[in-house]
Amino acid sequence: MCLAVPGRVLGVEERDGTRMATVDFGGVVKEVCLEYLPDLEVGEYAIVHVGFALQRLDEESARRTLELFENLGMLQEEFGDPWEQAARAGGEDLAREVRR
Amino acid sequence: MKYIDEFQDPALAARLLDDIRASVTRPWALMEVCGGQTHSIIRHGIDQLLPDEVELIHGPGCPVCVTPLEVIDKALAIASRPEVVFCSFGDMLRVPGTGRDLFQVRSEGGDVRVVYSPLDALRIAEENPDREVVFFGIGFETTAPPNAMTVHQARRRGIRNFSLLVSHVRVPPAIEAIMQSPDCRVQGFLAAGHVCSVMGTHEYPALAERFRVPIVVTGFEPLDILEGVRRTVRQLERGEHRVDNAYPRAVRDEGNPAARAMLDDVFEVADRAWRGIGVIPDSGWRLAARYRDYDAEHRFQVGDIATLEPAECRSGEVLQGLLKPHECEAFGTTCTPRTPLGATMVSSEGACAAYYLYRRLDLPAANAAAADREASSVV
Ligand code: SF4
Repeated sequence: MCLAVPGRVLGVEERDGTRMATVDFGGVVKEVCLEYLPDLEVGEYAIVHVGFALQRLDEESARRTLELFENLGMLQEEFGDPWEQAARAGGEDLAREVRR
Repeated sequence: MKYIDEFQDPALAARLLDDIRASVTRPWALMEVCGGQTHSIIRHGIDQLLPDEVELIHGPGCPVCVTPLEVIDKALAIASRPEVVFCSFGDMLRVPGTGRDLFQVRSEGGDVRVVYSPLDALRIAEENPDREVVFFGIGFETTAPPNAMTVHQARRRGIRNFSLLVSHVRVPPAIEAIMQSPDCRVQGFLAAGHVCSVMGTHEYPALAERFRVPIVVTGFEPLDILEGVRRTVRQLERGEHRVDNAYPRAVRDEGNPAARAMLDDVFEVADRAWRGIGVIPDSGWRLAARYRDYDAEHRFQVGDIATLEPAECRSGEVLQGLLKPHECEAFGTTCTPRTPLGATMVSSEGACAAYYLYRRLDLPAANAAAADREASSVV
């Protein structure tokens, strides 16, 4: 949850009166709220934290960060199945519980 | 021990390290505030690459770690109620309350769900009008704006079966508390870059001046951290104590004005307890009076749950940089990521877990293999 990940805006739309975007994080696509960066446009990069774009980022540094996260397995950590991850960290009993 | 060739740009890393070595003439103790930075430092062995004079003290910047036991117990009580859908970030699932965690609540039949964003929890509330949906709102200045926006939207859209269990904390009062502690050894701070992306830097000059400490806004990638250390050491060696932004690609002085305005609307500053540390005045937020209807503590009447923290866990000292994790008796023996005694062992951003996962040499041999397995499975 603590990780803020750079992502690239693929599309912008208004939903329920809220400015939302689809954002690509090195292959993982998520819905992101743009209310805090309302002028962010398609093709631009931003730092995204728990589904909210918080600050613009230039393309070069965004790409470098994403590459680093990818290599370290941190994207998987952020976007993978949290039940599985908690279970793996917690040992076999929890893993069985998750598969339940 | 890690090697410099594992850095993204080894040549740049070597230059930064050379520069630090060349400028340092005596011992300095720096605290990195953010848990993401602690994770990065231990994982990449940055503390071991630095010259011996530069010591990194691991600060209280892991929100999972500092969420008080009492709040966890309130979360467990609320999540156990049959009418409740309890939504949380995945990091909170295994944080031990008194005797159990959210994982267990779920196996006992509680409806506990993990969401990526607080807005996901609001959508669940909208789709399940007959259920009470509660979101566990923990974290620093980075998660507070998303949670504030979610409560604001719930009110604007008339979604009444949604509430927030709030345990938000703020970095500057923690820096103040650390500097005021009689045992304080910290001489400079690496401030958390993403917190400053939101809040900007205006809260820090007064602290730097009052305590005569350099505060350098730092990112959390390995090279960012080396640059933050380099700039802090340079200031210390020159006898300076300024606020310096070493992370300008993500931090503007004014932060994110829209997010700050929303924080001011939805929350009000309040005293908060930090796990292992105790109450720090004005160190967090609670919902402002006009949003009290969305406060889960109020809605579910859990205000009277009070919990004492276990004595054998020394995470309070770890969180203040007074003790290194492996100096705790329980470290790696009775306390491991599978059987955590304190929250600093649960989250991979907690100092105890970071040491356990990446500092296998310090462990009793029998536990080193287990740590190896966990490091490869956790990350
Ligand atoms: S090793 Fe475990 S018991 Fe010791 S301080 Fe860390 S979390 Fe607490």
